[in-house]
Amino acid sequence: MAVETPPRVTPGTPSTAAKAGTGQPWKERWGGLFFVAPFLLLFVLFMLWPIVSGLWNSFFNTSLAGVKQEFLGLQNWRDLFGDPAVRSSLKNTLVFTAMSTPPLVIIALVMALLANRKGLLGWLLRFSYFAPFVLPATVVTLIWVWIYQPGFGLVNGLLTAGGYAEIDWLNTENRAMLAVVITTVWWTVGFNFLLYLAALQGIPAQVYEAAAIDGANGRQQLFRITLPLLSRTTGLIVVLQLVASLKIFDQIYLMTDGGPNYATRPIIQYIYESGFTSYRIGYASAISYLFFAIIVIVALAQFKLFSGRGEAE
Amino acid sequence: MTTATLPAAHKSSRPVRWTFPKAASAVGAVILAVIWLVPLLWALDTSLKPEPETTRAPITWLPEAPTADAYRSVIDQGDLIRWFFNSTIVSVLVTSLTLVVSVLAAYGFSRTKFPGRRVLFGMIIAGILVPPQVLIVPLFQEMTGLGLVDTYWGMVLPQVVAPVMVFVLKKFFDGISRDYEDAARVDGASRWRIVWSVMVPMSRPILVAVGIFTFIGAWNNFLWPFIVTTDPSMMTIPVGLANVQGSYGLRYAQIMASAVLGGLPLLIVYALFQRHVVRGVGDAGIKG
Repeated sequence: MAVETPPRVTPGTPSTAAKAGTGQPWKERWGGLFFVAPFLLLFVLFMLWPIVSGLWNSFFNTSLAGVKQEFLGLQNWRDLFGDPAVRSSLKNTLVFTAMSTPPLVIIALVMALLANRKGLLGWLLRFSYFAPFVLPATVVTLIWVWIYQPGFGLVNGLLTAGGYAEIDWLNTENRAMLAVVITTVWWTVGFNFLLYLAALQGIPAQVYEAAAIDGANGRQQLFRITLPLLSRTTGLIVVLQLVASLKIFDQIYLMTDGGPNYATRPIIQYIYESGFTSYRIGYASAISYLFFAIIVIVALAQFKLFSGRGEAE
Repeated sequence: MTTATLPAAHKSSRPVRWTFPKAASAVGAVILAVIWLVPLLWALDTSLKPEPETTRAPITWLPEAPTADAYRSVIDQGDLIRWFFNSTIVSVLVTSLTLVVSVLAAYGFSRTKFPGRRVLFGMIIAGILVPPQVLIVPLFQEMTGLGLVDTYWGMVLPQVVAPVMVFVLKKFFDGISRDYEDAARVDGASRWRIVWSVMVPMSRPILVAVGIFTFIGAWNNFLWPFIVTTDPSMMTIPVGLANVQGSYGLRYAQIMASAVLGGLPLLIVYALFQRHVVRGVGDAGIKG
């Protein structure tokens, strides 16, 4: 930061000050704020203020209309820890995260290794792997609900054609989450794939040429050079993916509505239902803060791990 | 598709010998690509069937007599066109405002000094950690208070606050040499002019990447527009389509036709800009 000082002196030199006319010190000192002001205004209005008012609400018995406010102190927070719905939706969120993160990292890596080639084939592979990512959640879930449809859906069509029994994927408790995870992997793996691909393309070709001269075969190059060089990228992708998976809502809400029997309801859906179906604004705010704290802890823990590894290199 | 590999491979400078691992990886890559395309093709396939054929068991793999009837009825109902229009307005507003506001802020943090600058930047960086999902309840109350429920601005404004964009652009600006600016300043350009005629042209690739990702994100955003709109005529494509399953009943060809139409615009955008998207993830993702 200190390096920035010398060039900043230049406008203060007599010639430029003279050009500015009166050489306004006020403008020099505060002028930069004008560039930041539009973003700052929106940031305060639509991020900072909701954060503060959400915390404030969590101490009150607020309804959506916001008319009656009764101070509850920590009652919402106490309720939160005794609420089985909080516990089960948190558990579902963690189960989803644990099930979805490994395939979303591993398949992305495999795709990047396979699609790192030039020409038409490379273009087609990149298009196919990433295309689902650009679709809206609703399009994705409309397609997959149809694919999982008992009777005439694609998956069950394949199962019955192979002589197996049908599965009512989205209405069976221990199958619904798996179905959502499969859909999610199909939909979002493309983003991690592109992160890996960018990292692969950043490895200089000389590294491989040198290895080839030393007689390293393809497998040795993969395990001794490529994968170790990708470890930082893997760290980054795991962090991003954990945080993204914890925020699961769209697919589950649209595919199972949290069912069957709340077996897939994630924490964000419970926040949504507490606020917009039960109209318990204060309680929904308290759950939001619990969730927020979890995200921050995961992100910071991962960040610390990640930067620690960075220093070791 | 496999035939396409041969000419492509021959183009490279070194002669390619098709060893077993190389052939196996090409075949594996193509199989994976086909698996990834099947759901999309199945949706297209279903949308081209006459309605009774979609619910016949055993299932037919290809439509016996392909028809565009489903598309015709979906478009005739009119909602989809209205939602498409809304999505376009919202996404264009979000993208252009995000770019303008973030470029200005990034320039401010990268090149100017004012009291409290570091604290403010730290605060904005901390904002990267805030998941928009935790703000839905207080934000909806705020929008009710401002009278912005069921309006474009109600959908747009919260999406414009993208601290990560400010962070990425600020880092990029930090890497641009000050010589260009100093030269412009000697010629009498104001800082405002410098932003638009020096910094912006020099950061075109990253701005295109940031713009494309903002656009995709805004077009596909489900949760916030879903919460802040109740009037079907104000809904965007993702929100409107969420109600399609109910309103079309069990007419699967029509449901798939609307899914195809809902997904097509961004698939086209992506096919056209793939290079920028791929490079953008590298620039913004790895460095950020």
